Amino acid sequence: MPQSDSQPLLRARGVSKVFPGTIALDGVDFSLEAGEVHALLGENGAGKSTLIKCLTGAYRRDGGDILLHGEIIDPKCTIDAQGYGIGTVYQEVNLLPNLTVAENLSLGHQPTRFGMISTRAMNRGAREVLSQFGLDIDVSRSLESYSVAVQQVIAIARAVTLSGKVLILDEPTASLDSKEVELVFDVVRSLRQRGLGIVFISHFLDQIFEITDRVTVLRNGRLVGSETTSDIDRVRLVNLMLGRELEQEVRSHGKTHAAAGEPRLTFTGFGRKGRIEPFDLSIQPGEVVGVAGLLGSGRTETAEVMFGVAPHDSGEARRGDGTVLNLASPRDAIAAGFGFCPEDRKTDGVIADLTVRENIALALQARIGWMRRIPDREQRAMANDYIRKLDIRTPDAEKPVGLLSGGNQQKVMLARWLVTNPSFLILDEPTRGIDVGAHAEIIRLIEDLCKQGMSLLVISSELDELVAYSHRVIVVRDRHHVAELTGGDITTDNMVRAIAAPEREAIS
Amino acid sequence: MNGLMLFMRRIWPQLLTLAVIVGLISIMFPGFFQISIANGRLYGSPIDILNRGAPVALLAIGMTLVIATRGIDLSVGAVMAICGAVAAWGITEGYGLFATLAMALAAGLACGLWNGVLVAILGIQPIVATLILMVAGRGIAQLITEGAILTFNHEGLIFFGSGSVFTIPTPVIIGVLTGAIITLIVRRSALGMLIEAIGINLRASTLAGVNTRVLLIAVYMTSGLCAALAGIIAAADIRGADANNAGLWLELDAILAVVIGGTSLLGGRFSLIASLIGALIIQAVNTGILLSGFPPEFNLIIKAVIILIILVLQSPTMRTVAVFFSKDPVGASDKEKETVAP
Repeated sequence: MPQSDSQPLLRARGVSKVFPGTIALDGVDFSLEAGEVHALLGENGAGKSTLIKCLTGAYRRDGGDILLHGEIIDPKCTIDAQGYGIGTVYQEVNLLPNLTVAENLSLGHQPTRFGMISTRAMNRGAREVLSQFGLDIDVSRSLESYSVAVQQVIAIARAVTLSGKVLILDEPTASLDSKEVELVFDVVRSLRQRGLGIVFISHFLDQIFEITDRVTVLRNGRLVGSETTSDIDRVRLVNLMLGRELEQEVRSHGKTHAAAGEPRLTFTGFGRKGRIEPFDLSIQPGEVVGVAGLLGSGRTETAEVMFGVAPHDSGEARRGDGTVLNLASPRDAIAAGFGFCPEDRKTDGVIADLTVRENIALALQARIGWMRRIPDREQRAMANDYIRKLDIRTPDAEKPVGLLSGGNQQKVMLARWLVTNPSFLILDEPTRGIDVGAHAEIIRLIEDLCKQGMSLLVISSELDELVAYSHRVIVVRDRHHVAELTGGDITTDNMVRAIAAPEREAIS
Repeated sequence: MNGLMLFMRRIWPQLLTLAVIVGLISIMFPGFFQISIANGRLYGSPIDILNRGAPVALLAIGMTLVIATRGIDLSVGAVMAICGAVAAWGITEGYGLFATLAMALAAGLACGLWNGVLVAILGIQPIVATLILMVAGRGIAQLITEGAILTFNHEGLIFFGSGSVFTIPTPVIIGVLTGAIITLIVRRSALGMLIEAIGINLRASTLAGVNTRVLLIAVYMTSGLCAALAGIIAAADIRGADANNAGLWLELDAILAVVIGGTSLLGGRFSLIASLIGALIIQAVNTGILLSGFPPEFNLIIKAVIILIILVLQSPTMRTVAVFFSKDPVGASDKEKETVAP
């Protein structure tokens, strides 16, 4: 943190936030100067939105100070924060689409005349405000009649008029096309010139380099770096986000290719519009294919299309013997011998109120049908077997799985699929949010499974981890499979380079 | 801890409530427990509670399964009217008892299929999806009865309303048998667990390969079937099909029975037995108010107050208080658990 004489506009000092079971923010420092656009970056769960919510009072922080112009402030809610001059615009425009533009801009402080809202004064005020933002539109039309980009600018205009010192933009460009992005960026640039401090959150690296002056990267709730944008290159930025120091030498590379016999599964031209562009992929028995890429790059989408969660609309999948597989739903995929541990364990994985035993038996039971209930004795034996094998920390098999820690829930998910004896297992971020010990155990387990001949597709943002167990790594960017690394080429450097490569530049 | 103890731990609040209410009634009305046999059939207030409570108990069986999937079925009262009308129509048209019953039950299953398709295939919220049939159902029933109360005098059909087997009224036997059969099917197969899984987390269940659509439809069809049985009993009892009044508001009693039975409207863990006791509690309150001789205009208010007390006692806040004062706070956290009593 630069300790300059002049006070930064907004400063967070050692801000911490603890949720039951996780430390979302661990003593994070952040400072925003007046007249700068400051990017806040990090993967899912890095703590970006938690930090924003602490700054705007949406969350009560558990430690640390927030300083505005060097004075400690304590916003208790977002309206409170607005009073201090901190305004926020979210990815989804949260204005009222059925009201007029002018009403949206003045909502809560409409100009009145003899106790009645003066529409004329309101419209005039709205036109004046919007002209500062280069927008010349009919303010008496309803908000929904304008494009999302214009709505976004109107949301920014409202936030700036209400607050006027600090503007937080939480993925404002996520649903805009490139022309519309320019419209928003023009506004951001003019606000920067007016001396506002702007926090900019986005997953698009190109936009970060185009608009921001400084970047701060968070990872696992900790600050990993804060640098001037012009001093940092893409590779280093991706390294920071994915948590690997540049100094670290290439100390290991992927395994040599598994037996190059018949592939177990072949996907050709497999894809789904709007999710993942068609890709070709074949997987050998006993092979671990890693998938690397940033959040939203198409890594999870690849898994979901394969497993029939969002069924493919192009291409086909064949078994090694040439039979075409029907993968229109998770049930079909399971019938084909697939298993899938999703990224979000809480919403997509465990059934929180069911017991460990029931959660482990669920997929197998669903496959053999409701009529042939797995006898209690077998269920218990199965559950106890995997509680021992995977070292699941639970007092007994009858504990509701929701009461277990994240790592143990992950192991229960693994056990659920292992009892179905799959030939192809997809793991999406199997080590996210779990402690170091469980982390190592899960990696060991992945290696054991592939020794037994199971084929695995593992998605991870931990590149070191991918290097450690993958025979092959697919790099995904902008919904495309852009590179395939094998054998000695599997290094974190190569992965980072492929992830960070600017748009349109092909890597083979 | 064995299954029976877990089972008792799950249903003791409902049993206790029922005992308290029956106790109160017998204080106010000392002749409550007098049971006699006349014309080869048991008579007496306790029998009356069982007999009158049978339709709501039947509805509560289906409703429990629907609510366990995080759904709700508002149409059961109207389905009762439809199936009663079908039964009355069938018997007056001379189709014979067996064919008439088959048609009435098939009508119930068809209604359930309709609800299930709306919920499971089209993804309409259950409360809205079943509201359609709740409103339209009485219209359908009126079409079948052609706007009149369709009366019949077929001894075989009347038997289902006021007959008895070995001195026990037929509705009680139908209710108990249905409850027992469905409990057995649900708990001896994997249905119970799969239904609970759907109710707790639909998306995760789908991802685990549970056939959520088929199961959801099956659950609504079960509810339709139970409503058909209740509708046949209601029609047979008055020897006629009243499209406007048969089963009127009974869907609310059925939902209440499930709630009193401790199954959460948010889906998940359920107990059919507890819902059945819940239905008996409601009927005991109804009968008790009538017996105690309060002016009838107080009935609904007294019922509401009693049910409010029951629900407050079961509320999460009161449970926390109970856990605070209990010697076994750990055991109390297991209260949601249920297994079948051997």
